[in-house]
Amino acid sequence: MNEEILISGRMNPHIDPTLGIWGWEIPLYLFLGGLAAGILFFAALYSLLGKEKELPTAVRKATFLVPVILMVGLGALFLDLKNKLYFWQLYTTIRIESPMSWGAWILMLITPLSMAWCLSYWRDLIPNWTWQVKYLEWIEEFVQKYRKAFAWTMIISSVILGIYTGILLSAFNARPLWNTSILGPLFLVSGLSTGAATIMWLSKEKLERSLFSKIDLLLIGIEVFFIIHLFMGFMASNAAQIEAAQLFLGGAYTLPFWGGVVLLGLVVPAILEVMELRGKHIPVAFPAILILVGGLVFRFIMVEAGQISQYLY
Amino acid sequence: MRYAMLIDTKKCVGCSDCVVACQNENRVPIGYCRDWVIEHAKGTFPNVSIELRSERCNHCENSPCVRCCPTGASHYEEGGLVMVDRGACIGCGACVQSCPYNARYSHPDGFVDKCSFCNHRLEEGKNPSCVSVCPTSCMYFGDIDDEQSQLSQLLKNRTWKVLAPEVGTKPQIYYLT
Repeated sequence: MNEEILISGRMNPHIDPTLGIWGWEIPLYLFLGGLAAGILFFAALYSLLGKEKELPTAVRKATFLVPVILMVGLGALFLDLKNKLYFWQLYTTIRIESPMSWGAWILMLITPLSMAWCLSYWRDLIPNWTWQVKYLEWIEEFVQKYRKAFAWTMIISSVILGIYTGILLSAFNARPLWNTSILGPLFLVSGLSTGAATIMWLSKEKLERSLFSKIDLLLIGIEVFFIIHLFMGFMASNAAQIEAAQLFLGGAYTLPFWGGVVLLGLVVPAILEVMELRGKHIPVAFPAILILVGGLVFRFIMVEAGQISQYLY
Repeated sequence: MRYAMLIDTKKCVGCSDCVVACQNENRVPIGYCRDWVIEHAKGTFPNVSIELRSERCNHCENSPCVRCCPTGASHYEEGGLVMVDRGACIGCGACVQSCPYNARYSHPDGFVDKCSFCNHRLEEGKNPSCVSVCPTSCMYFGDIDDEQSQLSQLLKNRTWKVLAPEVGTKPQIYYLT
């Protein structure tokens, strides 16, 4: 039998024996970024479609979570930096070729945008509120006046944020598992699905719940299609990508991925949602939690397995 | 001008002198290295062969690390050197992910570090420290654009390879085979 043995004298921390430079911070951030993008996308979409009254959770209530989600996500990103006090250097330059750079900038845009959106609905939450600071009132009026332009900006930037969480990984041609252009759309759809699940979970209106249940079903369908597409692409690709796919087809990530992400995170919640739509009573938290946890686990697995996959030479 | 390095795998004995020289010259923290030796054995017994390679940053012409750096800390310098500006590095790790050779590491002081081809020595007209200490003289350093350089001549007359050319980085360390 033809054999190959590689003995390396290198033992750099976090690099060898397998790469592990990114820990929990990046996958958590990718999940939260996708979730925030999902919630904002639906808020802006239904605001533009004039459904503010029919879908109060989607347009208003759920968006109050977004600044918190983004703050935690940004916090995770910050913790990932090895040179934390230099973080501001991200904002002294724009580098078009670097997904990390335009990711940083889109966060800089979408975080205040989401805050302003929440501010414009603040009086829904606390009706007799009076602003102590004058310019907050000014922002509130401004958003209410230019709601449409705001929604358009939000819809576009949320799609960029959602797709960027995938492109951040897919731009690395050194990691065969990530280096596929389907990863951007897959992460976007997954983010939208977690957003829809959150809205469904928070909603008290029957109509709104069933609408987001249907939307979520559609997104799960697309996600499953993309996942099949992902592996078809790997199997028809070069040796490095075939080997990367083996991590999920018999390798160490087979059970966590197909059992944890695909079955428990996509198939089971889809079945529960169909049963709910058919009239069976199922607590809405069940499918919602499964989708959210599935989305989180998906990102952890992709980040960890991707760092293991590499070119052998 | 384009700096390149050439390593004769037929002459290398795998002594790791290049590794120690680099650690000393560049004050690499203990437990880390900027260059390393790979022992690559292949074949079917009894027809086996061993290739010894001293590896380091390939100072690629199409560097993924320069492309993905969000602050511009990773950049090209004269002669095609790929360098890290320590003052601009935030330690996000993107370049570490982007390198198919895993040539970069996160320095304990908070920036990303790697081989610099000893650019401080190049300025003085000296070779990189790994090249200058090699006891078998299996390493060559020079200008690949200069057809008269020893490096160019060897590439013309011998068979050679680069590592993982399929990734498309256009690496600038050549191995004579």
